[in-house]
Amino acid sequence: MTNTIACIEKADVILITGSNTTENHPVLSAFVKRAVHFNNSRLIVVDPRRIKIAGFAHQYLRPNLGTDVAWINGLMHVIIRDNLYNHDFVDTRTVGFDELKQTVEKYTPSHVEKITGIAATQIEDAARMYAGARVGSILYCMGITQHVSGTDNVKSLANLAMLCGFLGVEGGGVNPLRGQNNVQGACDMGGLPDVYTGYQKVISPELRAKMETAWAVTGLPDQPGLKVTHMVPAAHDGKLKAMYVIGENPLVSDPDLNHAEKSFENLDFLVVQDIFMTETAQKADVVLPSCCFAEKDGTFSNTERRVQRVRKAVDPPGEARDDWRIIADISLRMGYNMGIASAEDIFEEIRKVTPSYAGISYSRIDKVGLHWPCPTDNHPGTPILHKEQFSSGKGVFHGIDWIPPAEQADDTYPLYLTTGRVLYHYHTGTMTMKSEGLNERVPECFVEISPQDADRFDLEEGVSVDIASRRGTITARIAISDKAVVGTIFIPFHFARAAANKLTNAELDPISGIPEFKVCAVSLSRAA
Amino acid sequence: MESQRSITINGNRLSFSPGETILDVAKRNSIDIPTLCHLKRALPSGVCRVCVVEVTGARNLLPACATPAADFMEVQTESAKVVEARRLIIKLMLSSGNHNCAITGSDTTDWTRFQLSVHKDDNNDDLCPVWGDCRLQDLAYRYQVSADGLERLPCPYPMETVNPFIVRDFSRCVQCGRCVQACNEIQVNNAIDFGYQSSRTKIITPGDRPLKDSDCVFCGECVQVCPVGALVEKNARYNVRQWDVKKVKTTCSYCGVGCQLYLHVRDGHVVKVTGAEGSLPNDGNLCVKGRFGFDFINSSERLTRPLIRKDGELKEAGWDEALNLVAQRLGTIKDQHGPDSIGVLTSARITNEENYLAQKFARAVVKTNNVDHCARL
Ligand code: SF4
Ligand code: SF4
Ligand code: SF4
Repeated sequence: MTNTIACIEKADVILITGSNTTENHPVLSAFVKRAVHFNNSRLIVVDPRRIKIAGFAHQYLRPNLGTDVAWINGLMHVIIRDNLYNHDFVDTRTVGFDELKQTVEKYTPSHVEKITGIAATQIEDAARMYAGARVGSILYCMGITQHVSGTDNVKSLANLAMLCGFLGVEGGGVNPLRGQNNVQGACDMGGLPDVYTGYQKVISPELRAKMETAWAVTGLPDQPGLKVTHMVPAAHDGKLKAMYVIGENPLVSDPDLNHAEKSFENLDFLVVQDIFMTETAQKADVVLPSCCFAEKDGTFSNTERRVQRVRKAVDPPGEARDDWRIIADISLRMGYNMGIASAEDIFEEIRKVTPSYAGISYSRIDKVGLHWPCPTDNHPGTPILHKEQFSSGKGVFHGIDWIPPAEQADDTYPLYLTTGRVLYHYHTGTMTMKSEGLNERVPECFVEISPQDADRFDLEEGVSVDIASRRGTITARIAISDKAVVGTIFIPFHFARAAANKLTNAELDPISGIPEFKVCAVSLSRAA
Repeated sequence: MESQRSITINGNRLSFSPGETILDVAKRNSIDIPTLCHLKRALPSGVCRVCVVEVTGARNLLPACATPAADFMEVQTESAKVVEARRLIIKLMLSSGNHNCAITGSDTTDWTRFQLSVHKDDNNDDLCPVWGDCRLQDLAYRYQVSADGLERLPCPYPMETVNPFIVRDFSRCVQCGRCVQACNEIQVNNAIDFGYQSSRTKIITPGDRPLKDSDCVFCGECVQVCPVGALVEKNARYNVRQWDVKKVKTTCSYCGVGCQLYLHVRDGHVVKVTGAEGSLPNDGNLCVKGRFGFDFINSSERLTRPLIRKDGELKEAGWDEALNLVAQRLGTIKDQHGPDSIGVLTSARITNEENYLAQKFARAVVKTNNVDHCARL
């Protein structure tokens, strides 16, 4: 997030899109709900499902799946046409305005209505509400990123915020909500194929030299590696021979699971390090038992870039070990001594090689976490990014055109499927499904369908149906709900036994490498 | 310049800013005014009247939580009149329900009869489930109050135990309204409110349905703020006693909000979770996953020993054997097919330290940049 969670309560307009906030970020959603109820903030929700937070909204816009760039361009069209944008901010802090203006020119509200299904008047109203704010905050989640156009969607939201000058100010910002506890940290720490810690690029000779010195090695690879979504096909083609998977369960979370499964089986050697026997671990050659969060010391970085302590409360079961210790032990056996004896030792090393974490230490975050960038020991941390200028100087507007989703509904697969999560479960369910109480609330997979579609396919509540896409078939029960839009069904992906990702499309956003989980075409039929 | 506004509390002249209540000023100056219904971040309701103080010139005692500080105001926080009023309030609360802790009364026959009736209601022969961890009990000690001599009224409502997380024991509810405020003003789930009238007052969901059939999302905020034993975590009730646990502050391991929480540990097991108040980002709030989703830690399905595939099956092995095998196989594959034939998937679930080490392993040891995580999936 460019801003903090607490900052949300300072916004006078909040725009939420592609985030089922009350279910996936419940405590954060309370900040939004309080702002609306008690601070008189306006709320605009744009989402294909009529999710709970939409019930708090002053305006609820329902776009067709995969049409985000179009409605965002539509808002900007109105804002520019009616001269509602922040001239000062655009003139002094940004470049590329003319390009943007030209691109959004053709996204008139009526044109946008044709693409998105959102009424032209709603586009007008939402544009005025957002641009009319003193300061507005945008919150988004995977409903924006998990598309072939995910990167375009994110850039478009940034365009919108810059146009109104809502960046670098309290209560503003473009704020991605991270789904898993330490996504931010995994990225910050260089758990990405193209960067070391703190987004230092592997292609930079200087940075490579710096890391070589710090790590006392030579010959660090100079080209970006494979993204996870490319590793799987590489395994399929036999180019990737071995994988070391730590704390992930790609065989439920990956798209097009049938294909992914074959790919993993094709590996010569698979090591999985986890706390449970996951679907992926079952395919492994070696399984290494590790500690869960309650058994370890360390830090997580939350979605607002706040680095917070994790503390050991209990001993691990049996012979399970800290992940860091296992990695260090393998490393030693491969001839490299990591030279560390505790989580804090590692953190000290991180500080040395990562300018944005350099000022953070365990003692400084003992009581309250700090927001990076925090470059020095007495730096207070940075709750709000881009205050004076953008990290790269000026903010760049990108004129972006809408492209349709990769897969379209047709006669054979007449419905759209979108996937997501529910309040009571988490990711692939390996943790939450161990709680009887959570299982009691949501015991199994379901297909959320609109009353109209239920009628059309002659399906009643609770009946078992087969859902098929071009890639696979699963069976689940019907749950009729007003949340669903006509023509689109929703399935949570938590459940391995009816894995929604057997259906989803592995088509990737060309830049982020994120698959289009949020749109694919399916058919429905009563299960035999 | 505007002259400093000031108020006098127990003889001390104290400055205040407009909008502050007597309680705010007292708190800022470490003057202890006891409260019960007062809930941080919610509008003061003044319903319990435990915080009443004496204000010179005022006809009645005034609740400190809801009375704005005013210039030249003179306040006494523990005068005889104040103490007398507080004792009466506490006594009435104590006698209003199944408050069967040691403080409740000393008259033996009365106590025995009462205790037996509570045991029947509660299906348990222990003292109150929050004994030793109860605001009402603390106040009763502080003001030396018991319920002796007052008639105990039976509670008209049976306990609600039909959801997996929270037991609602109306017989111990003192109707302070903290749960209602927590649900409506803090978490804004709007699931519960005051219902019925006077002596039949009850905290209800719309239609007085059980929580499980209401808008309740089991965030457990109401449990965390309940000052007495009326709302208790089902699994901890009569099972976890405050004095048996050690609390460890850490970060929730589910979503990216990163809520700060306490793990309550007894005999090496996590038995309960509460939100850490006073720490951002959540200031005590949690959701159902963070508060009630901790069973996996102590699950019997946890992996406890390394496994190695032999003849197609995963079999238990020692650490040395497993680690040697991994190092040797990765080494061979690297030699035969090059470093880029190996991929490392690190995780959004493990710590920063571990992520750092995983990518360092890929880059410095294997010499590949094939390192990523599944978090965007
Ligand atoms: S658990 Fe949460 S939602 Fe349910 S009644 Fe309590 S505060 Fe409200
Ligand atoms: S249940 Fe607890 S918090 Fe709610 S009114 Fe009763 S005593 Fe107060
Ligand atoms: S308690 Fe809930 S909202 Fe808070 S971090 Fe955990 S999962 Fe997220």
